[in-house]
Amino acid sequence: MRFLLRRLGFYAVAAWVALTLNFFLPRLMPGDPATALFARFRGRLGPEAMQALRETFGLTQAPLWRQYLTYLDHAIHGDFGISVAYFPTPVAQVIGTGLLWTIFLAGSAVLISFAIGTLLGVAAAWWRRGWLDGVLPPALVFLGALPYFWLAMVALYGLGFTLGWFPLGHAYSDDLTPSRSPRFVADVAAHAVLPVGSIVLATLGGWLLSMRNTMITVLGSDYVNLARAKGLHPSRVVLRYAARNALLPSITSFGMALGFVLGGSLLTEVVFSYPGQGYLLVQAVRNQDYPLMQGIFLVITLAVLGANWLVDVVYLWLDPRIRDSAS
Amino acid sequence: MTAPERGRRIGIALWWDAIRRDRQARTGAMVLAVFAFIGIFGPLLVGDPQALVGIPLQPPSPHHLLGTTGQGQDVLAQLVVGTRVSLLIGFGVGFAVVLIGAIVGVTAGFYGGRIDAALSLLFNVFLVIPGLPLAIVIAAYLPTGSFTLALVLIVTGWAWNARVIRAQTLSLRQRDFVAAVIVTGESDVRIITSEILPMMTSLLVAQVIGSTIYAIGAQVGLEFLGLGDVSAVTWGTNLYWSQNDSALLTGAWWTFAPTGLCVALVGFGLSMLNSGFDEISNPRLQLERAWREHLEHRGMKASRSTPVVPEHD
Repeated sequence: MRFLLRRLGFYAVAAWVALTLNFFLPRLMPGDPATALFARFRGRLGPEAMQALRETFGLTQAPLWRQYLTYLDHAIHGDFGISVAYFPTPVAQVIGTGLLWTIFLAGSAVLISFAIGTLLGVAAAWWRRGWLDGVLPPALVFLGALPYFWLAMVALYGLGFTLGWFPLGHAYSDDLTPSRSPRFVADVAAHAVLPVGSIVLATLGGWLLSMRNTMITVLGSDYVNLARAKGLHPSRVVLRYAARNALLPSITSFGMALGFVLGGSLLTEVVFSYPGQGYLLVQAVRNQDYPLMQGIFLVITLAVLGANWLVDVVYLWLDPRIRDSAS
Repeated sequence: MTAPERGRRIGIALWWDAIRRDRQARTGAMVLAVFAFIGIFGPLLVGDPQALVGIPLQPPSPHHLLGTTGQGQDVLAQLVVGTRVSLLIGFGVGFAVVLIGAIVGVTAGFYGGRIDAALSLLFNVFLVIPGLPLAIVIAAYLPTGSFTLALVLIVTGWAWNARVIRAQTLSLRQRDFVAAVIVTGESDVRIITSEILPMMTSLLVAQVIGSTIYAIGAQVGLEFLGLGDVSAVTWGTNLYWSQNDSALLTGAWWTFAPTGLCVALVGFGLSMLNSGFDEISNPRLQLERAWREHLEHRGMKASRSTPVVPEHD
């Protein structure tokens, strides 16, 4: 329990740093931030909208510390201000429309990639210097070196545009309304194949290599040799004895990978016009919709922090050493 | 080669050896050499990448080997000129983040206590905050340009290096030879620069390579979103314009395919080089190679890692 609380404390600090960064970023702009920010909106927004904007960012005449406190107060209550591009919709509401899509996209991509990559890593380590071990790692390293979004572009061009096997973008067909009907679910799945698939391909190599390398160390250890000497079935030795223990480092990097994949999926969303956070974020950047941009950054950060904490819980459950030292 | 002979090989020779001996490292080094050549001399050999040379979106032809862009510029010229800028930023950021990571990591690991606690908290927080969204937001606020881009990549990329280098420093700090130097009363700076840092040269090299891969990928990604200098010619802006001119939906694959392949080839070359260098820092792998060569010499095949006894399965 203490372990989880300590981690929770750490994530609280991280969230606070993100909030603080968010506060100071507009003030990084050259010149006076308030003037620079508002000069862009002059003519596009009425006085009351400007006032709302001013208050959200705490860009008032008050001293900096007071501005900061005002800003924190607003942020804690989920008030990220009002979107400029979607005026007068509050930022929180705009973000809400995209959040589920991003979690769906990045979440399923990470899980699928982790499962397949780890299994392949086990196989590559067991049949070391076999054809699998010779071909897969370099091939996947090459795929991993491709920018996510470029892989997405190629997939979209090849499988979507030229062959016409998959839809060319968006999360579901225009003529359908979101519901739980099988038809809608199938449609969403068909739209997700290319974005998810391209992220999975690009990230597979990392899981494979990490698992393979730990497996190689574990396979050389005494207890695995003992298990083999006892004449246990190879599949039992590999899965029950070696793989279970070799999995821990991969779980540790799972939390960090989430952040990376989320970042990558933002770009993938742009390629596919997928209505998630990434697409919104880029639209916000193009429209200079600063409140929306910052709100999205905060929400993504909080999502990653939450996911990391879940990974900690899983880790605690998997690793008895931490469990024992914690209790 | 006998063991003492190998032990005497130090410095550049050691790295050169690793490249020559290892097939993967050799492949990687050759790929990188080609790109270095293109980056240095290429721009002298092709025309002005911004010049409008023909009808927009022409497919590859003998006249324009990689076709033309949506604006009617030569794709090959853009690719070649982009190589220089992209690689410069990539390697520059790669070096810079390792430098910062080394300063922070060594300080944390060497001094320990509260300094360690504070610095560790700092880099762990930066590690857990997703880098790309942060980079996008920072880049959106600052004036666009290559310098801004490099700065953003450094701010969002140094933490991982600091963490790894701290761990390594911590373990070196415990060794007897460091304790011995501390007892002789050497200054901290001297201990760090002449005892600790040289012991992790191979780690630092691996970090520079890894960070360069990160920097090139992230740079191309940010530029693709239009957060770089869109009037410059780099790999990322080439992709940005390709997407902007809806190359995808007009079937103009030649405007984006070559650039992505180049990004991947450079990343691939760097990764291959890294795995070859692994052996320098990892004695376990060195032993393994010696053992394998020994077995192969006697006409046997090594089946598993670091076996204690030859096995027959």
